[in-house]
Amino acid sequence: MEEKIATETKEIVSMPRLGEQAPAFEALTTQGTVRLEDFKGSWLILFSHPADFTPVCTTEFIGFAEIHPQLKKRGVELLGLSVDSVSSHIAWVRNIEEKMEVRIPFPVIADLDKKVATLYGMIHPGESKTETSRCVFVIDPEGILRAMIYYPLTTGRNMQEILRLIDALQTTDKHKVATPANWKPGEVVIIPPPNTQEMAEQRLKEGYECKDWYFCKKKL
Amino acid sequence: MACINPDGTLTPSAKVVLSALSSPRILEDVAKSTELPLFRIRSSIREMLEAGLVEQKGGKYAATKVGREKIKE
Repeated sequence: MEEKIATETKEIVSMPRLGEQAPAFEALTTQGTVRLEDFKGSWLILFSHPADFTPVCTTEFIGFAEIHPQLKKRGVELLGLSVDSVSSHIAWVRNIEEKMEVRIPFPVIADLDKKVATLYGMIHPGESKTETSRCVFVIDPEGILRAMIYYPLTTGRNMQEILRLIDALQTTDKHKVATPANWKPGEVVIIPPPNTQEMAEQRLKEGYECKDWYFCKKKL
Repeated sequence: MACINPDGTLTPSAKVVLSALSSPRILEDVAKSTELPLFRIRSSIREMLEAGLVEQKGGKYAATKVGREKIKE
């Protein structure tokens, strides 16, 4: 049997990890050169899209523009990214405003050299070797990466889920609680489970709504 | 540069930021008075520091003489 010699080398790509400092960068955007540190003190949603002038991405940009005021109220900034030039971004953003009557208020990174995309593991060669997948990175005011969402090229993201995620993270920080499946603001939250037997016995006497020692909820 | 046009004049947003720096101020105050996001203030002032239009003293920022003259152009 003939032996096949591998001709392709596999690139090892680092991925950012939750709970760690988000990778620092400086990038050219539609609103000038920005650094990650410029967003310190605010929450940041860094998101990528595959390419300018494509239909799913256009619906997503409109979606992000629509939730922008709600994000601002929550102290969240938006920063888009794709492997396109600033001129292409400007042309596309102007086209969206002209044809769809939606103004894009947030900056978009022109990541032509894929520097930021590589730092954040936004390119998934199984899908595309040249385009960024639909990634969302939620970075907190201290620069810690708090959540990541990855969607494939074919599937537009759900803006309400992104808002819900921000609400859940901010509620967790403010009240030191967790949030259950499908949680929405105003609904009961989860008390973090006890770490010791003593705390477990105590938990059931603390007046929470409990199914058992490890599963207690409360209203905020 | 996002603050300086190719002909050397200031962009409209740079004029707004630089006008807010007639006296030394912290960046958060500049963001409030200009109603621009803090990240844009940081990014703009970094560029204007490099261009010699803004100076920093004790954590506050102010327009330099060159910066003040640029606003009038």
